[in-house]
Amino acid sequence: MQYIDNIIFFIALIAGFGFFFKSLKEIYRNIQLGKKIDRTDNPSVRWKTMAKVALGQSKMGKRPIAGFLHVIVYVGFVIINIELIEIIVDGIFGTHRFLAGIFGDTLYGVFTATLEILALLVIIAVVLFFIRRNFYGVKRLTMKELFGWPKQDANWILLIEFALMTAFFTMNSADWVLQQRGVLAEHGNFPVSSGLIAPLFGNFGDSTLVFLERGAWWFHFVGILFFMNYLYYSKHLHIILAFPNTWFANLQPKGKFNNLDSVTKEIKLMMDPNADPYAAAPEADPNAVPDKFGANDIFDLNQVQLLNAYSCTECGRCTSVCPANITGKKLSPRKIMMDTRDRIEEVAKNINKNGKFVDDGKKLLDDHIQREELWACTTCNACVEACPVLIDPLSIIFEMRRFLVMEQSSAPSELNVMMTNVENNAAPWAYNQADRLNWAKEN
Amino acid sequence: MDFTIKTMAEYAAEGKAPEVLFFVGCAGSFDDRAKKITKAFCKILHKVGVEFAVLGQEESCNGDPAKRAGNEFIFQMMALTNIEIMNAYEVKKIVTSCPHCFNIIKNEYPSLGGNYEVLHHTQFLRKLMEDGRLKIEGGSFKGKKITFHDPCYLGRANGEYEAPRMLLEKLDAELVEMKRCKSNGLCCGAGGAQMFKEPEKGDKDINVERTEEALSETPNIIATGCPFCNTMMTDGVKHFNKNDEVAVKDIVELLAEAEDL
Ligand code: SF4
Ligand code: SF4
Repeated sequence: MQYIDNIIFFIALIAGFGFFFKSLKEIYRNIQLGKKIDRTDNPSVRWKTMAKVALGQSKMGKRPIAGFLHVIVYVGFVIINIELIEIIVDGIFGTHRFLAGIFGDTLYGVFTATLEILALLVIIAVVLFFIRRNFYGVKRLTMKELFGWPKQDANWILLIEFALMTAFFTMNSADWVLQQRGVLAEHGNFPVSSGLIAPLFGNFGDSTLVFLERGAWWFHFVGILFFMNYLYYSKHLHIILAFPNTWFANLQPKGKFNNLDSVTKEIKLMMDPNADPYAAAPEADPNAVPDKFGANDIFDLNQVQLLNAYSCTECGRCTSVCPANITGKKLSPRKIMMDTRDRIEEVAKNINKNGKFVDDGKKLLDDHIQREELWACTTCNACVEACPVLIDPLSIIFEMRRFLVMEQSSAPSELNVMMTNVENNAAPWAYNQADRLNWAKEN
Repeated sequence: MDFTIKTMAEYAAEGKAPEVLFFVGCAGSFDDRAKKITKAFCKILHKVGVEFAVLGQEESCNGDPAKRAGNEFIFQMMALTNIEIMNAYEVKKIVTSCPHCFNIIKNEYPSLGGNYEVLHHTQFLRKLMEDGRLKIEGGSFKGKKITFHDPCYLGRANGEYEAPRMLLEKLDAELVEMKRCKSNGLCCGAGGAQMFKEPEKGDKDINVERTEEALSETPNIIATGCPFCNTMMTDGVKHFNKNDEVAVKDIVELLAEAEDL
């Protein structure tokens, strides 16, 4: 019977990671619903971008307070999870503080002390984040699009992190007291626990402390598995996807929008004076999918755009610099990203249920994103510049405008006038092309 | 103009090629305010002795407003027409006084067969200055305060923040930056074809928000580098009834003034 703990541990571990990989597979499948796009050029630049932006958090410094706190939580959380290795080994083999034997006592002391200090900083940062998000009225954190799940999600994450760190300290404190009493072998150095928390535990009996230590240890372990599996439903997916997302980021100048090749062919034919207007149309490929211009659903977006949607942290840095949003228009680039992810999830559920996508009569356009939002964009690229994980909301807005104009001819009427002018007079205003040089003769 | 503006066709007829093609753009050709920018730029080029030509009646809209509105057909019609003509003249180097022309010819024409060296007028003038061909003495601007509004399609879209500032610094004026400047600059509200339509419903217009910010620096001059920004900021200044105190001017207009052109 003495192995029962280890067996339960092992099963929990396998189940936790199993579900996690299932989620990852599903995300991968969902991203494949988008159109292929080649973003593998310049790999060395891409690795550097990823190292700088995702690992080095280079864009977080723009808002120093949030940036600093975020770096603490991030570094703290990553390093503290090195503990996870120890937990797993201890859990499977029934050892205690397995790394002590590998590191040697001095190094292990430094290691555990560092973790303690980081954990304390994480707790402080998480509390500050919680206050800021809920009581401080930062505009981008209290906007309408965050009502409901997005807001709860953000708070849940802070709560989970707080609980995990608390468990970590409870475990260390109980452990330390037991070590002092000679019940456990002495390993590690616990400046925070021994100084701040252990005195509270001084009167507890050995068995209570063992119970506390074990309880916190299990809580920590199960908590991490839970957190991992919670990611799929959370904006916190960015702790994983920020890496591929920055790797696949657009390396071209931000002002360069893609040209549609299918259109080029058609126009070249139209402009070719040697083309025979009466010639039979070239044999059509019966398997060719008819070209659809732009996007009204996630299937028309490319895979990087879908990855973008999954990577969005809902931080709203994009929205807070968007000139349309600043001046009270409906457009919010963050909402564009959240809507896209919502629609992907809707489609994913549909596929899970039916085995393949069965038309649900819904679309990303109109059912999630309104036309009024799309037409308010000035294509200024402020959102793209602001995003800490290199998401490009503008590219989605642009593809959807293309759909509205080229598939539905439903641009605002003034834009139709402008486009007709360009087509007929080669200028957006109704001037005559022959007058183009008149300025040269004026004073 | 007290000198003649030559076209590519005229150069070709003489069997010569100019140093650079000035792609004037629709605003620069037709809009009364923007025409002044066009002329000021030509005067500087003429003074420096740069041989330049325009396409004149052979120029078409660069296609930007149609493209950003989502109409790829009309954009490519314009782009391919321009490319055909410019390639026929074997154009190598283009300068524009509009960031939208600059961006689209530089970035979106190449994959359609139009490969040129493209410069924004501020970049071209900076080069002339660095080569010692253009000398600016801006004594008449002493004691004036200038703030510069970054055009999105020059700044964020193409990463050029320094060229306009280097020119402005030569004017001996005090250059003050707005809180939102360079990569954080706020759009004037005209891009993405917004120039040609009423804005969506909101609390205020974007150009009003932006001008308010510029005016809070109490400048004598708001400098621009884009004919659309110029219109938007001018409207904004009028909105606040400040048009007697604050001038909205393109950088080339300021340079031309400094040279008394
Ligand atoms: S590009 Fe469009 S969505 Fe992005 S900040 Fe500018 S106006 Fe807003
Ligand atoms: S798109 Fe980027 S900036 Fe906008 S909310 Fe998402 S992560 Fe933040």
